Amino acid sequence: MRELLGHLYKSLFDSVRDLVPILGVIAFFQLLVLRQPFPNFAELLIGTVLVIIGLTLFVHGLKIGLFPIGESMAQDFARKGSLFWLLLFSFALGFGTTVAEPALIAVADEAAKIAAEGGMIGNNESAKHEYATGLRFTVAISVGLAIVIGVMRIIRGWPLPYLIIGGYLGIVIMTAFAPSEIIGIAYDSGGVTTSTITVPLVTALGVGLASSIQGRNPMVDGFGLIAFASLTPMIFVMGYGMVL
Amino acid sequence: METLNEFLHALLATLRDVAPIALTMVGFQVLVLRRRVRNLGQILLGFVLVLLGLAFFLEGLELALFPLGKLMASQLTAPEFLGLDEAASGAGVEWQNYLWVYLFAAAIGFSTTIAEPSLIAVAIKANQVSGGAVGTWGLRVAVAIGVAFGISLGAYRIISGTPLHYYIMTGYVVVIIQTIFAPKMIIALAYDSGGVTTSTVTVPLVAALGLGLSTSIPGRNPLLDGFGLIAFASLFPIMAVMGYAQLSEWAARQSRARSKSEDSGD
Repeated sequence: MRELLGHLYKSLFDSVRDLVPILGVIAFFQLLVLRQPFPNFAELLIGTVLVIIGLTLFVHGLKIGLFPIGESMAQDFARKGSLFWLLLFSFALGFGTTVAEPALIAVADEAAKIAAEGGMIGNNESAKHEYATGLRFTVAISVGLAIVIGVMRIIRGWPLPYLIIGGYLGIVIMTAFAPSEIIGIAYDSGGVTTSTITVPLVTALGVGLASSIQGRNPMVDGFGLIAFASLTPMIFVMGYGMVL
Repeated sequence: METLNEFLHALLATLRDVAPIALTMVGFQVLVLRRRVRNLGQILLGFVLVLLGLAFFLEGLELALFPLGKLMASQLTAPEFLGLDEAASGAGVEWQNYLWVYLFAAAIGFSTTIAEPSLIAVAIKANQVSGGAVGTWGLRVAVAIGVAFGISLGAYRIISGTPLHYYIMTGYVVVIIQTIFAPKMIIALAYDSGGVTTSTVTVPLVAALGLGLSTSIPGRNPLLDGFGLIAFASLFPIMAVMGYAQLSEWAARQSRARSKSEDSGD
């Protein structure tokens, strides 16, 4: 317990340092550009303290929990040697973390609104809900597939740039055919699907796999899973917009 | 009391988000891998800390930074602040009126990226894996500069009303060209840093900025033109990180060359 508190105390200062820029920006624009006093100064203070505590706990939990378990599972899968289970796990991880992601739910609802306004679907609640749910599952499947392909890449040692360039080409081709209303939201969907818990786990999975498979370099081969997982949603959201 | 209530709410929401992941991991660990987890107590403690930490983090953001940041975004993009009312009387919008918007876009992009937990996670891992060659701070600052530039350019796109995909595709071409020349070690990390920057802290504030701009500027539809800032914010860090690696490689080569010429000069 004492040890834990010692660690937390040390990383508390890092968290404060991480938040200084954002506080500086807000103070500068509020006081000097907009020239207004802070509304609810007490809330701002309490909120900032909460953010600092939260960031400190999160970063420490990451180091002792998420990273070790992600890497140890990756090593165990590599030792077990069953490609099927590893790929199934990869898919489940990608799909499971994405389908309930709050940012994705928000994006899907926005997309449904756009579709309804553009007359692609009926402008009523049930049609919109159906559209949004379908879109969410489509994106979640696409992220699951992305992790599967990314894991295959690590195992086989395929060079990442070819896959990424392939993804870019897919996006360019889809952009040419997708309805123009959907393009903005499709492009944004790539950035929002990878959440704060997914990122450390998926990173640890990639690095763990690359370091336990012979001939792979964790730096060159271990990263890249997130990159792929943020490209496929763009393609699939545009595809979804075309099909429906 | 109200804060406590909201905190419990945030904790519950975080639990719900984590549940599918935790279930997947436990399921595979118990049914497929069937191996005892080393340091199980430590790992469980880590999960508890992550959960609590995220709940505190989100609650604090909701309490302090989001309301103020969103309010600012809407005030800085309000027609009165931009001087669009005078423009209607025929004077034309001065570009200086938008200067604060671009500055705000860059500043908020930079500062939220520095505070982004996912980026901190990737930076810690990259530092470990590279044996310290990739500095956590250097990587995060490079990414933050990329986001700052990206969001400013994205704001310019909304203001000028040019099509999003031209920018993004040009960006892709630049990324591909940089990939050819960048040090091999950094490429995967650079691609990853695009996806991780836009998350908990950045998305809500940047979305508010996009919405505010597209609502105020005549001829823009918030439903269509408000999007795209996130896309910029996830593309430019890729270039920034590869650029940072190229620069530091170049600097290292320069200093090697210099020390060599000094050696031969002696």
